[in-house]
Amino acid sequence: MSEIIDLSAIEIRDKILTKELSAEQVCKAFIEQIKKCEKYNAVLEVFDDAIEKAKEMDKKISSGFRGKLVGVPIIIKDNILYKGKKCSCSSKFLENYIAQYDSTVIKKVLNAGAIIIGRANMDEFAMGSSTENSAFGVTHNPLDFDRVPGGSSGGSACAVALNMCPISLGTETGGSVRQPASYCGIYGLKPSYGRISRYGIVAFASSLDQVGIFSKNVLDNALMLEVIAGKDECDSTSADEKVEEYSKILDEDISKLTIGVPHEILEMIKGMPCEKNISKFLSLLKLNGIKVVDISIKDISLGLATYYIIAPAEATSNLARFDGVKYTTRSDDARNLQEIYKKSRSEGFGREVKRRIMLGNYVLSSGYYDAYYKKAKAVQHELIKEFEDAFKGCDIIIMPTTIGEAFKIGSKSKNPVDTYKEDIFTVTANIAGLPSLSIPFGKGDNGLPLGIQLMAKKFDEATIYKFAKFIETKIGE
Amino acid sequence: MQYDVVIGLEVHAELKTESKCFCSCKNEYGSSPNSNCCPVCMGLPGALPVLNRKAVEQTIRAGLALGFEINRTAIFERKNYFYPDLSKAYQISQLEKPICINGHLRVFDKDIPINRIHLEEDAGKLIHQDDVSMIDYNRCGVPLIELVTDALKEPHMETADEAIEFLTKLRQIYIYAGVADCEIEKGQMRADVNISLKPKGSKEFGTKVEMKNIMGFKAIHRAINYEIERQKEILDDGGEIVQETRKWDNDKGESFTLRTKENSEDYRYFPDPDLLAVNISDDEIKQIKDSMPMLPDEMKKKYLEEYGLNEYDTDVILADKEVSDMYRDCLKMYFQPKSVANWFTTEILARIKGGGTIQIGKENLVWIIRAVDEKKIRRNAAKDLLSYIWGTNLNAEQEAKRQGIMADMSSDLVFEVLDKVLLEKAQVVEQYKSEQDPKILNFLVGQVMKETRGKANAQEVMEKLKDKIN
Repeated sequence: MSEIIDLSAIEIRDKILTKELSAEQVCKAFIEQIKKCEKYNAVLEVFDDAIEKAKEMDKKISSGFRGKLVGVPIIIKDNILYKGKKCSCSSKFLENYIAQYDSTVIKKVLNAGAIIIGRANMDEFAMGSSTENSAFGVTHNPLDFDRVPGGSSGGSACAVALNMCPISLGTETGGSVRQPASYCGIYGLKPSYGRISRYGIVAFASSLDQVGIFSKNVLDNALMLEVIAGKDECDSTSADEKVEEYSKILDEDISKLTIGVPHEILEMIKGMPCEKNISKFLSLLKLNGIKVVDISIKDISLGLATYYIIAPAEATSNLARFDGVKYTTRSDDARNLQEIYKKSRSEGFGREVKRRIMLGNYVLSSGYYDAYYKKAKAVQHELIKEFEDAFKGCDIIIMPTTIGEAFKIGSKSKNPVDTYKEDIFTVTANIAGLPSLSIPFGKGDNGLPLGIQLMAKKFDEATIYKFAKFIETKIGE
Repeated sequence: MQYDVVIGLEVHAELKTESKCFCSCKNEYGSSPNSNCCPVCMGLPGALPVLNRKAVEQTIRAGLALGFEINRTAIFERKNYFYPDLSKAYQISQLEKPICINGHLRVFDKDIPINRIHLEEDAGKLIHQDDVSMIDYNRCGVPLIELVTDALKEPHMETADEAIEFLTKLRQIYIYAGVADCEIEKGQMRADVNISLKPKGSKEFGTKVEMKNIMGFKAIHRAINYEIERQKEILDDGGEIVQETRKWDNDKGESFTLRTKENSEDYRYFPDPDLLAVNISDDEIKQIKDSMPMLPDEMKKKYLEEYGLNEYDTDVILADKEVSDMYRDCLKMYFQPKSVANWFTTEILARIKGGGTIQIGKENLVWIIRAVDEKKIRRNAAKDLLSYIWGTNLNAEQEAKRQGIMADMSSDLVFEVLDKVLLEKAQVVEQYKSEQDPKILNFLVGQVMKETRGKANAQEVMEKLKDKIN
């Protein structure tokens, strides 16, 4: 028997159900691993009741309880509310904030029998692409300690890559799951907008945010999605779309699928580290008899600019509730209401968060609204249409997840726009509301992993998973 | 110099709904602080609003009652500003596409154009005690409709009287339509007034001054007149009006600057990404239209034409919906519109003056009115009876019998008394015969009433006395 921490989520579940393993045993093994990997700073807190919960789960299983994630240890990003547990968004401002209720995602995961063992480091309020913006220190790349794990869900990605848990949850606004998945060599899904309830996720940019899933294989990822997806009465933007049992359809035939590659992307990546990898991937597809076609998403290059208007605008408003009046840390020096606001927010928020709040206020302010926000929304509608048109000619669209391998810690922090450019390939899926899965494929010049994104029509995660499974079994290295 | 005054109103009214606008907390006045709260209305991290469709329905109803067009697609926007009573630091409101557009309200002889009614959420309340400030979020998230008159269109409101008439009628319509209770002292209806002056006949508008949240119609009336005079004086002296928001101090009877345009807030409105656009179907509008209760104007016509009441009585009864509703309930049992109206405009109104409620059942009230009409009970005795059973569970008829105040003119007793008085006061009777002075007759009636201990009907006693004497 291989070590417990090497097992997939489904293997763990099945071994627990057959009593080959106990939930407690599994939980302890992963917590042990978290401790061993402490220097990576991926996990902010191991929940002290996790082992207790696992013991309870063992009892429940003995009395007949069944669930899709029975006994599976999960780590959650620090912006997902789990009642009674701290939820700091890696911000000093919410350092001691205790969640007052369970997010819908947490409810679903718990109902499926999962054990939530800890919360993962992230860029403060999910703003960043490196986890360097955490108030609690940077998380290190699991494969190269000097490099970033990506972000903003860097802690969650690192945790899975280093076997601290088989599946973790992150959140996406512009690539915060796919990019770290790519840098850490694992699978990372950003589902369609509306696929998963946002209730109980600390909002960054409401029209773009989605919970995302990290896993070491396609099957675990698919299983988690079928557990947490679905319409939620508490989230008006969650979609009333059928949720399939993704884990059971992965082996369906994909030979008839057509794969589209936007020629604008091929143009864009010329000379980038990811160029060779994409070529290699495409030729392997063709070799395996997969039909690959050239498509066009004319305005795809506008995605990044659009994103950096819409996301900060919404963030400005979403983060205004952190004002030092109610639950956020109040400045000790504040003597009146104005000072409560100014000093608490100045002390509470980190640099990047402040930068984006200012950006957002700027694009929303009177006189600039039409020129920025309104225009960005118009481009967004255009992009959505272009993708719809493109999907008339193909089932999956392929793009690199990132420009290249994980970058060195500190190498991009001087110029924020350099970091923003990290999101160039990922933001379009958020802007267009499409599902996208980053799968590990290939290596860069430094031997570090690269990722490739598989995108599909809105709410067609099923096709993505099937195709990913095909690559995992037939093409993957 | 002569000026044209242009008055605009922004009126907020809290909607009557079971629950709040974007969560399922109770919409209830007077609960203990922070007892009707949840993660959504307290603006906790991660919480999301879910629109209460009932609030939309009520907004549509308000709009239909005022002749508005209803937008088939409405959207919610965020109005961003910091204040401790605003839990999310933004208010969910409507800017570009409100639910109701282009309505009007008849004020005296003018049809005042109204720009919009939009739906938004109320803020909480700050309570300042000594040097501590506390927040009560019970009101936070309560559905609120904001009506904005259209001062750019003719005709305008020009006087304080017109503005007050507008508010009075609006309040009445909201109450009759069942949209809002509009209890001013509970803050359920609040008005902002803006005023500008321009040289008489000029097409160009003057600079607008806004006065926020003035409590009570009387205060609004005073504030408007004060502001018109203030602006007149400035303009007459060749000065310029500063665009600003002023606060009215009702105790001092004057207003002062709250903020000027330079430091006015930029609310950075944008569509709320947490909420979908609201689609309103023709069917829904029709359903609301069909279930619309009778509104004051229509009801007034009914009172005047069907019931034959005079204008004064009609207005007095209609002014209070509780009175008006009960009045019609009573008519269903006893269709004597004038006689019943008389009781309402005098006895009932006197007893609920200053905010009381009607504390007598319609059955009891109708019994009393009918008894008086049928001369079974004297009017004064009936009024006493009304007071006696007001606010109790007593039955009017039983109580009248128990107290022995029922008149019974056919009984031998009354005739006996009558004869006895005529005999005893023979001298007075003779005097009346010669002088025909009604005072003498009244004296004789009084004697009979005294002897019967008030059981007799004075009117009938008088008739009978006349018969006997002549």
